Amino acid sequence: MKQFTYFIKKEFFHVWRDKRTLLILFGMPLMQILVFGFALTNEVKNTKIGVLDNSKDETTRAIIEELESSRYFDIYRSLGSNADLEPAFRSGKIKLAVIFPENFQDQLHHGNKASIQLIGDATDPNIATTLINYATAVIMDYQRNMRGQPVYPYTINTEMRMLYNPQLKGSYNFVPGVMAMVLMLVCAMMTSISIVREKEMGTMEVILVSPIVPIRVVIAKMIPYFILSTVNIASILLLSVYVLDVPIQGNLALLVGLCLLFTVTVLALGLLISSVAGSQQVAMLISLMGLFLPTVMLSGFMFPVENMPIPLQVVSNLVPAKWFYYIVKNVMIKGLGFEHIWKETLILAGMTCFFMAVSLRKFKTRLE
Amino acid sequence: MNAVTAHKIRKTFPAKGKPTVALETISFEVGQGELFGIIGPDGAGKTTLFRILTTLMLADEGTASVDGLDVVKDFKEIRKRVGYMPGKFSLYPDLSVEENLRFFATLFSTSIEENYDLVKDIYVQIEKFKKRKAGALSGGMKQKLALSCALIHKPSVLFLDEPTTGVDAVSRKEFWELLRNLQGQGITIVVSTPYMDEASLCDRVALVQEGRIMDIDSPKGIVDKFGSTLWSVKADRMYELMKALREMEDVASCYPFGQEHHVVFKDETASPEKVKRSLMDQGFADFKFHPIEASIEDCFMKLMTSHNA
Repeated sequence: MKQFTYFIKKEFFHVWRDKRTLLILFGMPLMQILVFGFALTNEVKNTKIGVLDNSKDETTRAIIEELESSRYFDIYRSLGSNADLEPAFRSGKIKLAVIFPENFQDQLHHGNKASIQLIGDATDPNIATTLINYATAVIMDYQRNMRGQPVYPYTINTEMRMLYNPQLKGSYNFVPGVMAMVLMLVCAMMTSISIVREKEMGTMEVILVSPIVPIRVVIAKMIPYFILSTVNIASILLLSVYVLDVPIQGNLALLVGLCLLFTVTVLALGLLISSVAGSQQVAMLISLMGLFLPTVMLSGFMFPVENMPIPLQVVSNLVPAKWFYYIVKNVMIKGLGFEHIWKETLILAGMTCFFMAVSLRKFKTRLE
Repeated sequence: MNAVTAHKIRKTFPAKGKPTVALETISFEVGQGELFGIIGPDGAGKTTLFRILTTLMLADEGTASVDGLDVVKDFKEIRKRVGYMPGKFSLYPDLSVEENLRFFATLFSTSIEENYDLVKDIYVQIEKFKKRKAGALSGGMKQKLALSCALIHKPSVLFLDEPTTGVDAVSRKEFWELLRNLQGQGITIVVSTPYMDEASLCDRVALVQEGRIMDIDSPKGIVDKFGSTLWSVKADRMYELMKALREMEDVASCYPFGQEHHVVFKDETASPEKVKRSLMDQGFADFKFHPIEASIEDCFMKLMTSHNA
């Protein structure tokens, strides 16, 4: 037992004394949460738009004011003529242009009908569509207010309610995803690298020629990373609640328990990688290409799985992060209980057992 | 009972086309308390042999035992009893000297204090650096620390794979003195080295070349077997001298050896005087020409040429 505890102590020494490891372990989760929470959102906020007002009357001024006062748009004024449009789009100064025709007010008041042209920069189609929708909504809003009352006695109003995330915040989506990513990197990559490093340095050779049961070596290596992961889980949850304002709707104990299960899953994956990889670089490559990329691409966190081609949807079922992402989303954001996620939990637990079994089987008591 | 026995050990590594033969039927025995040297150049198969004996690898054919235990069947028991120091520096560079030693002590369920006597002679020399990281030690210090780590659990057999490679001459000498002391405490030591001059410090040596043992004997026994008289030759233009000597009919072999050439004549009747005269005719000057006693390296060269022929 003393043998085992000193082994764990030694692993902690390795982690503490390597500044780069420490940075990856603790700097990365913090960075990712903050970057994903604040910078990398697909929400539209204060986008620069151009306005070409060929009419310059009361109505157009009022509409422009409406646009400007919404938090979605910032108006970039210097569009004097149609000729300015193209350069402004090209240089990326504006993402959307609102163009009023000449005599806008007259047409509206006398002809009962006037058009506004909206031109969007569709290099990013999603953002262009969102911008145009928002601008249309602002204009419609103005129209409704101007009329005071509907012309027709019958109107159908759509009342929308966004469940679970009424403000449509991107961070609701990112917190579970970042958690999966961080655990993947910390547990799988770091453990596999640290085991392979012992092989590379030749210390594994000396450890093998000793009475310690090889499997204990591996478990002793996993324990520090398991403990560090719990620190990371705690810090991610705290950050998301207190900095990103993403509340934990479900049972905290259940959420933490499931996070720990996923931690064990990725630890087992890391162990599996270490039994295959011969050098630290290979271990790193396998964990990045084989684990990190699928986590980002196929877990549903960046791109919805339902929209993928069928073969990719099938492949995505093999990615443990997909199940974890689903579980965390349901427990943390929707506040569902265990009865709704037991199937996914079972799948994850099954994967964990499988990875553990395979990697323990593959672990060598000799050099070859 | 012998401390180590190897019986017809053969080991190949898979390679493209034909597998590489690392060890070709090696057999030898090491007695209790013996200081046994395995001498051979790089690539002779020394490390593979050590790995098989320390249960890290399985031989393709043949059997081996350490301390009376079979290396395949009883590998767990052997791992408790042997000390192994691999050729590569294999301690933790980010742990301090003391932490390294403590780690290896606890690995074998013992403590530094318990077996301090055993490593005292070695450890006192590095103890003043005990707070220093192992990675920051000098080559000789590293070796001493590695030896301490391999010794801390009081092994019955100590395997040292090229412990003196890359270590300066003074540290090498000290290291061999330490080995002698350990032998005095009853530990059997199997040590490999590519340095021929270290062979004479062992009780018995095995000369290994390309996975074969060419000879096993005491250093003196090996030298005595040399048989013919060895001549040391020196002149002004050494390279041309070697070419000229090799072309002569009477010369069996000639090879550079430090500052001089070592020459063996085909039969004892060949007259060195005649050779000297014909060389002088070719314009060589400043001759030094005298018989010397063969060293292990000379024996190695001779065995190697006869093997290849």
